[in-house]
Amino acid sequence: MIQLNTPLTEESVRSLKVGDMVELSGIIFTGRDAVHKWLYDGNTPPMDFRGGVIYHCGPVMLKKGGRWISTAAGPTTSIREEPYQAAIIERLGLRAIIGKGGMGEKTRQACQKLGCVYLHAIGGAAQVLAEAIQEVQGVFGYEEFGSPEAIWQLKVERFPAVVTMDAHGNSLHKEIESASGRKLAEFQAQARK
Amino acid sequence: MNTTQQKKLLEAFIEIIRKTSAELPKDVLEAVQRGHRAEEKGSRADYALGIIENNIGLAKAKSQPLCQDTGSILFYIHYPRKLDHSEIAKLARKGVIAATKKGYLRQNSVDSITGKNSGTNVGPGSPTLHLEPWAKDHFEIRLMLKGGGCENVGIQYSLPEGRIGAGRDLAGVKKCILDAAFQAQGKGCGPGILGVAIGGDRATGYLGSKEQFLRKLGDRNPDPLLAKLEDEALADANQLGIGPMGFGGKTTLMGVKVGALNRLPASYFVSVSYMCWAFRRQGAVVTSKGEIKKWLY
Ligand code: SF4
Repeated sequence: MIQLNTPLTEESVRSLKVGDMVELSGIIFTGRDAVHKWLYDGNTPPMDFRGGVIYHCGPVMLKKGGRWISTAAGPTTSIREEPYQAAIIERLGLRAIIGKGGMGEKTRQACQKLGCVYLHAIGGAAQVLAEAIQEVQGVFGYEEFGSPEAIWQLKVERFPAVVTMDAHGNSLHKEIESASGRKLAEFQAQARK
Repeated sequence: MNTTQQKKLLEAFIEIIRKTSAELPKDVLEAVQRGHRAEEKGSRADYALGIIENNIGLAKAKSQPLCQDTGSILFYIHYPRKLDHSEIAKLARKGVIAATKKGYLRQNSVDSITGKNSGTNVGPGSPTLHLEPWAKDHFEIRLMLKGGGCENVGIQYSLPEGRIGAGRDLAGVKKCILDAAFQAQGKGCGPGILGVAIGGDRATGYLGSKEQFLRKLGDRNPDPLLAKLEDEALADANQLGIGPMGFGGKTTLMGVKVGALNRLPASYFVSVSYMCWAFRRQGAVVTSKGEIKKWLY
């Protein structure tokens, strides 16, 4: 298990490779469709994203005794942000993206060029991932984007994930897809009698 | 129904929704555990399934949704035929609204044109109610919550299908099933379960594929040909090496369930629905007074 702490340095990110199991501690920011579009359009968030991490997640938030807590915080499908992600990594200096399902070619190239990784969280593990959130430190765009789409600043402790796209141009998704594709072709050919 | 009955039945609906959203049925839990044991210690698959098992335990203990996507709400209801079905439909919808308020369901239903969220999970097509009268004196209410991520990787084939070389026979059907598992990779939050319908039209095919999820994972298909197809497709799919979340591993699928519907001579559809590991389905025998007598899964 590799422990990562934010802000992430280029060096620590470049030392990761696909397949590494990691636990991330520190500050992360949620962002999904509305936020990605908004950042892509050139808007600047009020918080500092350098060395930072964006988490594709629309958390379920509850206000208890004047404080926000998250009752569910699993990842959402990342590929929807593919048109925007590479430019946002570059402009904001992100070092990691967390989500599920992996991303496409543009993001893979941006990760390689700029020193960023894609961390795959466990889809559906809303409760475990909510438990990893120690503190909700702030929110931006709550009114404008609505709760699930807002940027939530979260302090997390040992948030579990797997590196599936590294900063060397590798993608576990691509590897598994081609290996399983070869196996599939074998089965399909056997059946063709 | 008098008002006491109505009140009781409404409570039963809310409890069924709560339990479905927070707890995996026993057969699914056992399949997850079995899959976990099969994986190599210290592997990524082991890591993913360990987290999934923790999540299942936490959700149950906290009575919180297993996954934040509480999914499409699909009810399958048998009701005493002397009762008015519109009354039951109304109570089911009320139950959904109440369960959403209590946080058992996320506000998850959006107007397709305006993008507006109803905030209640009730609107055209939501919840989906399959209501069937029967001669018995009690209800059987089954509920499935099916997430969007896994619904997106469902796929329908029209045989013959040249791309995968699938003809109009069971060998062709098996090719479709393996291709569907491959296409999905980890994107449907695997390890998943495939529900498959052979035949029907495009609509009844998908309907039938989802009904397969009402079967218990450990059951045996009464049709020996389909039973064999299920076993073989499952074994082969688990050799594809896709694994939990697409991280690689032995457990790509936890089950394959296949049913057949008649078809037109001109058509031969194979409809495949993918259910994620967060396979939320529950059901209850409910008395005509609205008391939950027994859980079905
Ligand atoms: S596919 Fe299932 S487990 Fe994954 S996010 Fe959707 S509902 Fe949750």
